[in-house]
Amino acid sequence: MAKLETDIGRLNLRNPVLAASGTFGYGLEYSDFVDFSQLGGIITKGTTIEPRQGNDYPRMAETPSGMLNAVGLQNGGAEQFVSDIYPSIKDIDTSIIVNVCGSTVEDYVSCAARIDTLEKIPAIELNISCPNVKQGGMAFGTNRESAAEVIRAVRRVYRKTLIVKLSPNVTDITLIARTAEEEGADAVSLINTLLGMAIDVDARRPVLSTITGGLSGACIKPVAVRMVWQTARAVKIPVIGIGGISSSRDALEFILAGATAVQIGAANFIDPEISVKVAGGIGEYLDRNGIDSVKDIIGAINS
Amino acid sequence: MKRYISDWNVLQTTRKRDVCLLRLGLGEEEGKAFPDVLPGQFVQVRVDNSPSTYLRRPISIHYTIQEEREIWLLVRIAGEGTKTIAETKAGGKLNLIYPLGNGFSMPENNVEQQKLLLVGGGVGAAPLLFLGKRLKESGYVPDFLLGGYSMENFFDNSQFEAIGRLFLTTEDGSGGTKGFVTDHPVLYEEKYDFIYACGPLPMMKSVARYAFARHIRCEVSLENTMACGIGACLCCVEKTGRGNVRTCIEGPVFNIVDLESWQN
Ligand SMILES: Cc1cc2nc3c(=O)[nH]c(=O)nc-3n(C[C@H](O)[C@H](O)[C@H](O)COP(=O)(O)OP(=O)(O)OC[C@H]3O[C@@H](n4cnc5c(N)ncnc54)[C@H](O)[C@@H]3O)c2cc1C
Ligand SMILES: Cc1cc2nc3c(=O)[nH]c(=O)nc-3n(C[C@H](O)[C@H](O)[C@H](O)COP(=O)(O)O)c2cc1C
Ligand code: FES
Repeated sequence: MAKLETDIGRLNLRNPVLAASGTFGYGLEYSDFVDFSQLGGIITKGTTIEPRQGNDYPRMAETPSGMLNAVGLQNGGAEQFVSDIYPSIKDIDTSIIVNVCGSTVEDYVSCAARIDTLEKIPAIELNISCPNVKQGGMAFGTNRESAAEVIRAVRRVYRKTLIVKLSPNVTDITLIARTAEEEGADAVSLINTLLGMAIDVDARRPVLSTITGGLSGACIKPVAVRMVWQTARAVKIPVIGIGGISSSRDALEFILAGATAVQIGAANFIDPEISVKVAGGIGEYLDRNGIDSVKDIIGAINS
Repeated sequence: MKRYISDWNVLQTTRKRDVCLLRLGLGEEEGKAFPDVLPGQFVQVRVDNSPSTYLRRPISIHYTIQEEREIWLLVRIAGEGTKTIAETKAGGKLNLIYPLGNGFSMPENNVEQQKLLLVGGGVGAAPLLFLGKRLKESGYVPDFLLGGYSMENFFDNSQFEAIGRLFLTTEDGSGGTKGFVTDHPVLYEEKYDFIYACGPLPMMKSVARYAFARHIRCEVSLENTMACGIGACLCCVEKTGRGNVRTCIEGPVFNIVDLESWQN
């Protein structure tokens, strides 16, 4: 049996398959479907220091091979996470990573510092790429100066593994990836959703209450693979690949492009068991090809 | 309540115009226990062989026969997804996640004193058959009030008539009372204690106005667009007194007093 273990900074993952933020709740929503001990990890729903009600309904529009969402980081806030949610998830047998978001640098810092106190959370994913909030989110991740400022400030207070989640809504994603590396991030994850829009032609109205939203699902995979490949060549820290993965072959594309691990998002909605199936499929591929460890194929494309 | 994913065998399909009744059976060989299901709960149907359909489609549980390990769905063709589901042939399979959502609540008080009305518009009548069956098993005799565009749009009224009184309205006047469900005289002749409604949003809102005005307890089943159906994505939220809540978990059935924007 090939080894599936992989490392993100000091964080050792059982296998390279994680569930993406915002698509897996806090894990508990999937407890009837997934044996968490078969997963590399779970990234929680985006958490902010204060509670947020999110955007108005409608928040979702189906698109060809994908979907737009405009959830807008609805969550109960960091205190509620610490007091209500953390106790119920801390013993889940996989790595639980908290996705941290905010409107200001101070918000990010206070939220990260609060999560830092939680023993069973080995890492955070800094979301500087959410397209669905008016302030903060993607605004930080599409500009080198503001990205540097927020990552530097969080790095000062957060001692464990720091993953920075990048926005694809930029001309050159490698610039922000390098900034993250320079400011001390342990890894980058990409991509968050692509900014998109859908119109109901009968009503002559945008489908989403926010007009624009974030595109995810199978349709974004080629864009994501390309960005992961570019980024993996530009930085030395691990790259976590995200975007449209719905099979082990999709996941392998990202790993071959240079990803150390992958996350699965919207595909969980169609098959709640998909994350475990993808992890199993990667193992079978390695065995079939006589490869000892998944680490041996990271970035291993012949070109 | 434990949720499952599995393939169901399509035992029989009956089509009438744009509506299809699908009888689904859970094979014994699966070794899977037949789930406990509540009226008002729904399933998420995976749509295979429809490239333009990415997500599953939420469909209410129309009826169940526990002994036969059967669940029935009543599907109106609204687009590609429901068309593909409706056209699945007997002998085929449908992959479902089930059972989902909260379901309707049962009346709490003394049986004789409760007058119950189940109001359905179009395919919104789907969950009311199962609800009517459960209410009857608990000793109630509910009234049904169903609305449709024309008499041809009613799927099979005999099933409702076997449970309680059935009142109809049609917009074109081809049967029952001409107009919308809220135009039916029974609403002004009887004093109901509990109204359940399911159907198009404007219909449910007018039933809710009727119930608010008379302080009648009323539950409605919402059809907010969903992605996951299992509480993970927060796409399906409805505004309530408790904030934005997930229609697929805290709903799809809501008491109208909880629906903030419905109160005026
Ligand atoms: C809890 C729940 C229970 C349901 N139960 C049933 C049922 O028992 N029988 C049944 O036939 N249908 C039911 N529906 C509705 C059904 O899910 C939709 O008709 C279906 O998703 C449409 O998919 P489609 O691919 O056929 O059409 P699409 O191409 O997705 O849509 C066709 C048209 O319908 C509109 N539409 C699609 N979904 C919705 C929605 N949720 N609300 C408002 N407009 C929408 C679209 O905007 C479009 O104009 C239920 C929905 C929910 C949320
Ligand atoms: C409904 C929904 C909610 C999301 N919420 C978040 C979030 O809170 N934080 C975040 O960093 N990404 C969020 N994302 C983005 C995903 O984590 C992922 O980056 C994106 O969906 C691309 O992957 P996919 O194509 O596999 O879905 C969300 C995506 C969806 C579909
Ligand atoms: S549809 Fe995903 S939370 Fe309700």
